[in-house]
Amino acid sequence: MILGRVVGTVVATRKDPRLEGHKLLIVKPVTPDGKDEAGYVVAVDTVGAGNRELVFTVAGSSARMADGCKDKPVDCVIVGIVDGVSMDAR
Amino acid sequence: MFMGKVVGRVWSTVKNPGLEAQRLLFVQPINAAGEAAGKILICTDSTGAGAGETVYWVRGREASFPFTGRDVPSDATIVGIIDEIHLGKPQAEKV
Repeated sequence: MILGRVVGTVVATRKDPRLEGHKLLIVKPVTPDGKDEAGYVVAVDTVGAGNRELVFTVAGSSARMADGCKDKPVDCVIVGIVDGVSMDAR
Repeated sequence: MFMGKVVGRVWSTVKNPGLEAQRLLFVQPINAAGEAAGKILICTDSTGAGAGETVYWVRGREASFPFTGRDVPSDATIVGIIDEIHLGKPQAEKV
């Protein structure tokens, strides 16, 4: 799973019928200390995340195991909203 | 499977029900020499690994296999704690 920040939404009218009713968000991967990383992903939201919120996403076929995404054509799902992170002294 | 080091943890209250009661740890992938190699990721844990421990983790759909009988939406899971690493001497290149 990767850490990311919600930076936008995607609106789609024509889509696979199995995606109807799902919120699609744009997530920017970030490092644990909050710095942006390269790229963006479009992820299905299963937790009610909002703009600028720190979340984590699961990718690949495991994404379909998330509640509400069984047998749907998705490969990236927001599965949690981050309350806090703690890094060990390195 | 890949090697990594536990470098931190994540707290989350609002999460997918499949992740309830799962520990979420930050893992820094490492190479055989123990140096950082790649981006830090979040792993579920099936072994009880702790801070600073060297572990190995599995990626992809198989990451949910340790949690038999439950649908855990995880694409990276710690499946073992490494005690020791033994590396043979690199072989001389054949000319």
